[in-house]
Amino acid sequence: MTATSPDRLTGFGLGMRREHYRAYIEGTAPVDFIEVISENFMIDGGRPLDTLTKARANYPLALHGVSMSIGSSDGLRGDYLARLKTLVDRIEPTVVSDHLCWTGIDGFNSHDLLPLPYTEEALDVVCANIARAQDTLGRAMLFENPSSYIAFPGAMTEWEFLAEMARRSGCGLLLDVNNIYVSAMNHGFDAEAYLAGVPFGLVGQIHLAGHVQGEHLLIDTHDQPVPAAVWALYRSAITRAGAVATMIERDDNIPELAVLSAELDLARTISAEASAARIAA
Amino acid sequence: MKLAELQHTFRDWLVEADETAEWRLGGGPGTAIYQNNYRTALMGCLGENYKRVARWLGEEAFEAAAARYVDAHPPTSWTLDAYGERFGAFLNRLYPDDAEVADLAAIDWAVGQVFVSADAEALRPEALAVEDWDAAVIRAVPSLRQIAIASNADAIWRALAAEEMPPAANRDVPAILLFWRQGLEPVFRRAAAHDLDVLAWSAQGLGFGPICARLAETLGEEAAVSAAGTVLGQWLTEEMVASVG
Repeated sequence: MTATSPDRLTGFGLGMRREHYRAYIEGTAPVDFIEVISENFMIDGGRPLDTLTKARANYPLALHGVSMSIGSSDGLRGDYLARLKTLVDRIEPTVVSDHLCWTGIDGFNSHDLLPLPYTEEALDVVCANIARAQDTLGRAMLFENPSSYIAFPGAMTEWEFLAEMARRSGCGLLLDVNNIYVSAMNHGFDAEAYLAGVPFGLVGQIHLAGHVQGEHLLIDTHDQPVPAAVWALYRSAITRAGAVATMIERDDNIPELAVLSAELDLARTISAEASAARIAA
Repeated sequence: MKLAELQHTFRDWLVEADETAEWRLGGGPGTAIYQNNYRTALMGCLGENYKRVARWLGEEAFEAAAARYVDAHPPTSWTLDAYGERFGAFLNRLYPDDAEVADLAAIDWAVGQVFVSADAEALRPEALAVEDWDAAVIRAVPSLRQIAIASNADAIWRALAAEEMPPAANRDVPAILLFWRQGLEPVFRRAAAHDLDVLAWSAQGLGFGPICARLAETLGEEAAVSAAGTVLGQWLTEEMVASVG
């Protein structure tokens, strides 16, 4: 089966976190869409699904997974795909996404987004796994560029790998601007060169987040406001991308919703300015 | 290195902190970050899934137990919610003379499972309408489950959950606990006199009439009907019944 193109999210959104559930259930959160971690809702029932169902009635939804493991050399788990399909059928998200990474092998699951070597062999594995996932779900997915702390020798850059992965598999891309920045700093590549290699016509969503400086490397923690350097890179990305749905991922040290909303306003402003600049040009 | 070999090497580094594996991955601060992320996520998950055990043992003892569990039990499920399923049994071996520790873990785990179990509308007492009581089978809500405890861990758990001073452990008050969900809230209580028999017979498909007959073998006919009616009435009030019919 050929997967259909992903539906498009539009506007500006936030990750729906427990601290702000009430606003999403009541529909008072000033966002255009919400995103949740898929695995938190791949359950039989109870309060989490009840909350998501109520919030979904108010907002378009992105399901964002962390355990599909499309880079696993031993393939995808059937039980995982079946659970995800059940959730997708039940909640009817606009977008289903996961990460360009691997999380497990031979029944072991690390619960972390582990890096891949950007080789032809890995590309074959990733594309075969994406094909299975998209066939199971009956829809195209988005896959996100990871942040990483190790880089393996490979035949291509990460952006070349992403572009070829999307071309071969028919998936779309979720561009995490913070991850580009973190990996660029950690591995010493040029973030602007990365953006120049991204096929922006295939980018269906953009993530923004914060990070911290570790002892040796930048750590992708999602527990800080989006820093100035990431905003600058977002300006460059959104100028190249045009209007692409953008959201802030805040997973820890979560502030009041009004604080996140104000931060999201900055994304709106930058996107509008980029759009005006494109028109003027 | 081929992809499968690289991934097995990475697993060896995460699970066993194998130095050869670290060297093969290139070493350096990046490998240490992944090792730290792996252990932090699992320790955090155990802390989240076993809050009352953590309060009972105290932070230092709980973290020591959790660290040993992480060493011994690499995660296998795609969901972190499943991590720690065997932590109760692990604690039982770690604290063989303190039954309440494993009992508290069993309660923490059961409450978590019930919290996300399948939904079902509970049958309201006023909606009970049975034409043929002999054949009417009681079906419990799908969240219902039972665990055996050896101690007063249920009383300790409730006190810890309410952030009150827990009672001293009493390791000689065994019980079967019933867990289910009232609406979206997990609840539990000790099984009373005829709960377990009526539950077991209902699960076998016995109707209300045959259940009364079974109870009559020990209670006599009149008392049996009264006991079965009392059990069903209580279950209906407690939102434990999905259907009768």
